[in-house]
Amino acid sequence: MAKKALLVNYLWCTGCHSCELACQVKNNFPPGQFGIKLNRVGPWKYAPKKWQYSYFPLLTDQCHFCADRLAENKLPSCVQHCQANCLQILAPEEAARIAAANPGMIFMSK
Amino acid sequence: MTRSSAWTAPGCHLGCGLLIYAKDGKVERVEGDPDNPYNQGRLCPRCLAVDDIVNHEKRIIYPLKRDLADRGKDKWQRISWDEALDTIERRFKEYKEKYGAESVVFLQGTGRDIAPYITRLAWSFGSPNYAFSLSNVACFGPRIFAANMLAGVFMVADYGQQFIDRYDNPQYKNPGLVAVWGNNAVVANSDGAYGHWVTDVLQRGAKLLVIDPRLTWLAAHADLWLQIRPGSDGALALGMANVMIQEKLYDEQFVQDWCFGFKKFAALCAEWTPERVAEVCWVEAGDVVAAARLFASSAPVMVQQGVAIDQREDCYDASRAILSLLAITGNIEKPGTMVVMPEFLKYITGWGRDLLPYEQEDKRIGADDLVVYKLGLHVASINKMIDHLIEQPAAYPLKASWLQTVNLIACGAVDNERTHAAFSGLEFNVAVDLFMTPTAMAFCDLFLPVTTFTERDGIRCGDNSQRGETINAAVPPRGECRSDMEINLELGRRFNATAWPWENVGEMFSHIFAESGMDFYQVQATAPSYLPFEYEKFLSGKMRADGKPGFPTPSGKLELFSKSLEFMGLDPLPRYVEPPMTPFSQPELAQEYPLVLQTGARRHNTFHSENRQSSRLRAMHPEPTVMIHPETAANLGVRDGQWVWVEGPVGLTGRVARAKRLAEVTPIVDPRCASADHGWWRPEADPENLYDVNELNINNLISWSTGLTGIGANYKCILCKIYPVKENE
Repeated sequence: MAKKALLVNYLWCTGCHSCELACQVKNNFPPGQFGIKLNRVGPWKYAPKKWQYSYFPLLTDQCHFCADRLAENKLPSCVQHCQANCLQILAPEEAARIAAANPGMIFMSK
Repeated sequence: MTRSSAWTAPGCHLGCGLLIYAKDGKVERVEGDPDNPYNQGRLCPRCLAVDDIVNHEKRIIYPLKRDLADRGKDKWQRISWDEALDTIERRFKEYKEKYGAESVVFLQGTGRDIAPYITRLAWSFGSPNYAFSLSNVACFGPRIFAANMLAGVFMVADYGQQFIDRYDNPQYKNPGLVAVWGNNAVVANSDGAYGHWVTDVLQRGAKLLVIDPRLTWLAAHADLWLQIRPGSDGALALGMANVMIQEKLYDEQFVQDWCFGFKKFAALCAEWTPERVAEVCWVEAGDVVAAARLFASSAPVMVQQGVAIDQREDCYDASRAILSLLAITGNIEKPGTMVVMPEFLKYITGWGRDLLPYEQEDKRIGADDLVVYKLGLHVASINKMIDHLIEQPAAYPLKASWLQTVNLIACGAVDNERTHAAFSGLEFNVAVDLFMTPTAMAFCDLFLPVTTFTERDGIRCGDNSQRGETINAAVPPRGECRSDMEINLELGRRFNATAWPWENVGEMFSHIFAESGMDFYQVQATAPSYLPFEYEKFLSGKMRADGKPGFPTPSGKLELFSKSLEFMGLDPLPRYVEPPMTPFSQPELAQEYPLVLQTGARRHNTFHSENRQSSRLRAMHPEPTVMIHPETAANLGVRDGQWVWVEGPVGLTGRVARAKRLAEVTPIVDPRCASADHGWWRPEADPENLYDVNELNINNLISWSTGLTGIGANYKCILCKIYPVKENE
């Protein structure tokens, strides 16, 4: 399978956990295990009225980009259910190009 | 696969579009429906894990009974539906004959699609005593009342939810500012507004103002965040209005054309200088000015208002003050502001009010001495009902209760010592629910098991923009479960056959849709179908019964000074009143109980007292918590993750109560405040210890006081102290 990348616009990730649960139930992983996992950085105050408070969904070893769903022309479960619409699955080159051109992006490829 | 909507049980206030996947009659998983304009394929963790609830081994799937002498004991016996319904019919009718229909009370939990069928059951039986379990209807009701006093109608923030093409509809305009006021919108699901619609409009360019005592994710990402003292929202709104008026930032033409009482309102606002607001609200004076300027210069503006505004005694002043900001800036009924949404089912005011015999109306508990209940609301006052249950006046005894979709003592109710005593005094209590709950275990005598939304048909109507959409059974009911609607139709027929003339629920649903010209099955086939909508209905005369332009208020305008409230003998202006249990109103009590406690912090994994049976969801937040600031924790000698007692006065009853919590040490709360989640019980714990509910329930610190008006209760601004739990406690 061609390499793929998850592109996250973390400026909008509200930490709602939908990606985690959508992945867990779709793949029938046990409670506590996920193919995508939220990570919180913050909250802390670093200047007047300025807070570090962000969430970063990261892929785990168990992620396979929902190959079965992609074959059916559906979005990966985490991407479809993301409540803030901040996840995309792309070719790594495309993800890299968008991440380079826009602030607040991270991508992980497999 | 079955296309459906998620609405109770279990469920929240939204009704998202779903695809339910089942195999061999069993729900396997649920996905968001990408073709549904409401949630556009998205879904929150609670629905994603709903199969845990549907298939849970502890679901009650047969009717149960228990001897009166065994209340509190796990001694339930399986019975047939015939025996269950015959018993209820016989006993309710006996009470009606001997003591009047008012001797049977009908309670619901938070308002969901079940609500209309409960009101109809109560009123068709002849009882005026239909009540909502939350103290002083402290959710949604106060906002609706306030809006009706100001505008004659209720309005919600416009996210294009009334259009099938949503944000792309040519009539729609993205707001310039969304003011999220007392609402952790991306965690909660406030009254039909899908929380992440807020991020949708932000992504489309709106600015963000957040007014919240806690640094929510939205607060951290706002253009401006005011960390307000819990319960002081009304003062801030008046202060912002004052800045707008002093600096002439308001819409003078709109005020002249469409607002009534501006001069009197301006005079009230003049008392609220930024400096005074800063002192009362614990915010910076400069931020009050900045918030006012941002609000007044960003049209169109919408306010995403949360339950926090409702959860303070006599809170309707705050809601009116916030609405007044929208009124004087002209942010009413325009695209991207606050609009009146289409409605086909009278969800808010109840279904079947006409069935209540006229002579019964005067017996409604609370209507005799609370003017708002007499003239404004149709519910009975649960607060007065608790008093009534304990005192049991001879002229008007209460005998039985119908508790449907309500886990009273784990969730909405306050002061459980009193609540428990009150309902234990009734001779016959019926629970209608999914699981055995602390409430049913404590004092119910009969238990009727209901289906989840995956096992039944129904109407997806909402308390926001309504549309023709249905809930569709994907699997057969487990065991002998029946849907809430089937149960109410069957019992309703036995109580009052003419009020429930339908052969089956499909016919009943068709009746509700009749005005649309479609029957239930046609709506099922065409859903979602959208109702006609237009903006600025006050210009076209479509807001008033007489067809004249204007609002359906006595003056025909938006009443900053409310003639209706003046008529009721209440303050016509949205004057700020200090809540009764704060460091300002109770300086002596605050010496011993120095922290301002907010209850009801929303969590991603739970909806009120629901969802705790799901291992997937429970793992996300397994135990009840109280958030305290690192400085406060250090002063108290409390570590993150340590068990603590949260203790405080039960209002002004003279009693003290406490709840056990895990300390969550976090800078998101003010060092002077604490914030606790609610609805806690442990379904895995000993049923005869009521699933630990008495130990965990944070509402034990709140009293059943009615305040002056019986609208709004102090769930979010009370006093407490926090100290470590000792070993063996």
